[in-house]
Amino acid sequence: MGAPSTMSEGTTQEPTALKRIPHDLAVALDPEAHDAHDRQWTPLKIIIWSAISLLGGLSWVMLAVVRGETVNAIWFVFAAICTYLIGYRFYSKFIEKHIVRPDDRRATPAEYKADGKDFAATDRRVLFGHHFAAIAGAGPLVGPVLAAQMGYLPGTIWIIVGVVLAGAVQDYLILHFSMRRGGRSLGQMARDELGVIGGTAALIATLVIMVIIVAILALVVTNALAESPWGVFSVGMTIPIALFMGCYLRFFRPGKITEISIIGFVLLIAAIVGGGMVNGTEWGQTYLLLDKVTIAWGIIIYGFIAAILPVWLLLAPRDYLSTFMKIGTIGMLAVAIVIIRPEINVPAVSGFATTGTGPVVAGTLFPFLFVTIACGALSGFHALIASGTTPKLIQKERQTRFIGYGGMLMESLVAIMALVAALSIDRGIYFAMNASPALTGGTVQGAVAFVNGLGLTGVNLTPSMLTDMATNVGEESIVSRTGGAPTLAVGLSHIMQQLVGGTSMMSFWYHFAIMFEALFILTAVDAGTRVARFMLQDSLGNFFPKFKNTSWRPGAWAATAIMVAAWGAVLLMGVTDPLGGINTLFPLFGIANQLLAAIALAVCMAIVAKRGLFKYLWVVALPLGFASVVTISASFLKIFSTTPGIGYFAQNRAFSEALAAGETSFGTAPSVLAMEAVVRNTMVQGVLSIVFVVLAIIVILTAIQATWNAYRKNSSATSEDDAVQSQTYAPAGFIMTPPEKVLQAQWDALPAEKKIKVTGH
Amino acid sequence: MTLWAGVRAGARGVIWYLKGLLGEDAYEKYVAHHAASCETDTAGLDRAPHPLLTEREFWRDQTDRQDKNPQGRCC
Repeated sequence: MGAPSTMSEGTTQEPTALKRIPHDLAVALDPEAHDAHDRQWTPLKIIIWSAISLLGGLSWVMLAVVRGETVNAIWFVFAAICTYLIGYRFYSKFIEKHIVRPDDRRATPAEYKADGKDFAATDRRVLFGHHFAAIAGAGPLVGPVLAAQMGYLPGTIWIIVGVVLAGAVQDYLILHFSMRRGGRSLGQMARDELGVIGGTAALIATLVIMVIIVAILALVVTNALAESPWGVFSVGMTIPIALFMGCYLRFFRPGKITEISIIGFVLLIAAIVGGGMVNGTEWGQTYLLLDKVTIAWGIIIYGFIAAILPVWLLLAPRDYLSTFMKIGTIGMLAVAIVIIRPEINVPAVSGFATTGTGPVVAGTLFPFLFVTIACGALSGFHALIASGTTPKLIQKERQTRFIGYGGMLMESLVAIMALVAALSIDRGIYFAMNASPALTGGTVQGAVAFVNGLGLTGVNLTPSMLTDMATNVGEESIVSRTGGAPTLAVGLSHIMQQLVGGTSMMSFWYHFAIMFEALFILTAVDAGTRVARFMLQDSLGNFFPKFKNTSWRPGAWAATAIMVAAWGAVLLMGVTDPLGGINTLFPLFGIANQLLAAIALAVCMAIVAKRGLFKYLWVVALPLGFASVVTISASFLKIFSTTPGIGYFAQNRAFSEALAAGETSFGTAPSVLAMEAVVRNTMVQGVLSIVFVVLAIIVILTAIQATWNAYRKNSSATSEDDAVQSQTYAPAGFIMTPPEKVLQAQWDALPAEKKIKVTGH
Repeated sequence: MTLWAGVRAGARGVIWYLKGLLGEDAYEKYVAHHAASCETDTAGLDRAPHPLLTEREFWRDQTDRQDKNPQGRCC
């Protein structure tokens, strides 16, 4: 095994050598029995699906048409879940039948390359959780919060419809295609399908995008921890806790992961409670009340050290904690929303959707809504995960629908809940928290004047609302706490305190939420730096062969330092930006993520075309077209717009001219130094936008060319690995269908010595 | 009695799931794989049978492999 992948120019005809019953029992369901079960609409099935459709329809009517004074949060949850169920049952099955065409007679890499370590068949339900934990992070929690300024409806529609038609399709296809290629990465698949130019552009784009994504995630956590002794203490304590866990697993009780995760979780809660005590002390106020720049430097230094330390010491244990917190908190929030059912008092579509003058993120609904909410609807970053670990762990081919498509639906549900949490807080408070300090002056008075001056109906902010909320959540101030994380934390604490603890518990819930987001982000920062470092070393190795050896310490440290310097520079730029940081940089994050999605979908399109499935090409072309239009037009606006609030170069010109005219303050920049910073920042951001869009256009064009060539040649080639006979069986979805139950029962009854047939080594 | 049995089965299920999710069952899976593949290994071919790693060695090897092959975490 482990032979280099072969480009077999075979056809997609069913490999006839594969047997459905290789030995004692069938390894795949009889296709006819399976289809018959799918087509058989029993009265019970009809009733269930009618009920789901009716409830979903009713929920959408409540959200989109009725629009009373307020709308109940439960309709968001119902609209989402019912739409997901319908999308999963009908659309993903359509894709499975016509494009993916899984064949359970074929062994998966986990079977034919089995090594008991990296390639190991994993129970589908466990792998679903595993995959979900790897794809869902801070992204789906932050984007929807920022997009809430446009009203609740645009974000809701994009998250729910986008995931069904685009995000989940991308994850599903990439996962399946990578699995059919022995777990090959997105970069390798791009080279195979798009050739050297497209493949190289995809690789560079991935590297640059990774830097941007890490930088902006770090910016979110910096904004959440600045001026917050409590947050600094509790998040800072995660480092010693993780080190302790790492040593425990290494030296004391290897492999006892659940045990140490529970101990770690208890310590984490203690750190949150301890943070509250530290917050009250003079010591805490003196040493832990840090400004943004200090925190940013802290994260940069931390990021470098964390990325060169061995995995067992910091990354692996924190990953366990993060998984634990993720599943727990998301479950808790779901239960709380269903029980509390908060009323939401926000217009369906706000004026900012059309004027593009929203203080949170600049720009009109099209295209900026679709880049502000990336994760949760369509996230290109998932393509890296879906072509990483997960395809090497899948037991049977038919399971990719549940894990790939289903896993993304779960992330989308998280995004909907984050949106609900952000919408449930008072709108005045929402804008006071998310408007940049350049607009509010960072003071309560300034924030009140700014928010009330926006002229929003039903919004009447008073200073005491802001100071009371700050006291309740245990912070100095909640004015201009941009980045989305603090807003989500206020929303979560607002919902949770109604369930547990009342107002006195709000500060605990707030810092619990901050801790939970910081954990994800720090893990993503550390892991992202490592992955980027390996990619850089791989590329540098083409010129300096020594860099290829990833165990060579000086090379590893130098490559790590370069990557940390790259994202650190963007982070510092965001932190010190006189224009506010998040509102200028966040669109770059979304654009980067969606461009990666366009690249992933372009690869999928080329694969589908080469297999000759032109009749169903629209399944991929539709989301690809949409992602391309959105990201390219957003990039063009960022590059060419003459409105300084939107176009980077327009902003650059405005400030340059002011400087040339000898002015000492301009717009929100109070000094010449600040004005020079704006000129520098906008230039960097503008150049990055150009790099992204050029790379993405190259990739998309090469994909279109590959598709066209395939069409002309009437191709039916495949770059898949050769089919290997499977010897095992497992059901496909979360719940077994009746035919699956019958077959599984037969396998369960089979004597153990006949069960395991391993072909790998 | 049946309720108690149900609770116990449920708790076992939750523990099984958690352990799987966090990857605690990796060593068991490795041992099972090793046991199954050894028969075919020693049955001939050119491959020398590789010795079973102890639990401690296995976990060290696992994190060392992660060091060499980092996996991204999503945003």
